[in-house]
Amino acid sequence: MHELSIAQNILDIVRESVSPHDLPGVRVVKLRVGHLAGVVPDSLDFSFTVLTTDTPLRHARLSIDHIPFAVMCNSCGKSFTNEIGFVLCPTCGGVDTKILSGLELQVVEIELEDIKAEAP
Amino acid sequence: MSVVTIHRKVLEKNDEIARRNRERFSQKGTFVINLVSSPGSGKTSVLERTLEFLKGKVHLAVIEGDVQTDLDAQRIARYHVPVVQIVTNGGCHLEAKLVEDALTNLDLKGVKLLVIENVGNLVCPSNYDLGEAMKVVVASTTEGDDKPLKYPGMFLHASALIINKIDLLPYVSCSLELLKGNALKINPALKVFEMSCTSNAGVPEWCRWLETHLSR
Repeated sequence: MHELSIAQNILDIVRESVSPHDLPGVRVVKLRVGHLAGVVPDSLDFSFTVLTTDTPLRHARLSIDHIPFAVMCNSCGKSFTNEIGFVLCPTCGGVDTKILSGLELQVVEIELEDIKAEAP
Repeated sequence: MSVVTIHRKVLEKNDEIARRNRERFSQKGTFVINLVSSPGSGKTSVLERTLEFLKGKVHLAVIEGDVQTDLDAQRIARYHVPVVQIVTNGGCHLEAKLVEDALTNLDLKGVKLLVIENVGNLVCPSNYDLGEAMKVVVASTTEGDDKPLKYPGMFLHASALIINKIDLLPYVSCSLELLKGNALKINPALKVFEMSCTSNAGVPEWCRWLETHLSR
């Protein structure tokens, strides 16, 4: 259950990227989460909600872009994806492969709404 | 509606501290391994056998990570090596900052090998770089041969795999070949050691390999 610690890191990044005045306007925090990043989206959502309730960020929610695990074979040049995390090339059996995606854990975007209607 | 585009790694703060730790280890000439596994696979036993084999030959130190108690640090202290216990109080993994803090209680001068025993957990520790030179994953035969398939992240990030408790193979339904095969499909570069901490099988091979990484 390290999602709480990850949610805390996300909040730190949001607070560093948006001025305190604009925090109540944050609606969406967009993440890229790789298939093998070891993060459970539901747990992360739950942790984020727990940490933002009754704070200026209470209207913010996470939007998680799930990135598949993709590998390229340096021997035959073919790319492949799989759910498990195998890196052996299913076409030629090559072991010289490069992971293209699936390990990401990034905050990519923050969407804000104008907050003039809302009391600070 | 306005959009702020940032593209920042969620764990960048941890990674930055890990980089500092790594720099410090490198300056001191200390080779660091991050020992990871599920609870009960025998990390501490592997460490004890390693200490027995390398003691007197290699100046080493240990950082013990546990959710609760300093029982493991007590076990290690019997070998008269410097040991610092980190108690995470419920935390399921070690982070770079915890290691950085532990280093204030550990003199690395002359230490050639530092073993950080992580909290028993095959999921969370794989996300957190501590500044180690390599992760070593321990999987025991009693856990079954499907562990690499269930926890690929950990096997992907490791440099070596110790298959522990091979003396129990006759009593458990675990195929050594399947376990190895599954792990190598996820990480073909894994160096695999078969070990029994009861009979000491595989311990010399593992320790000699470890020694090849240490600075003189």
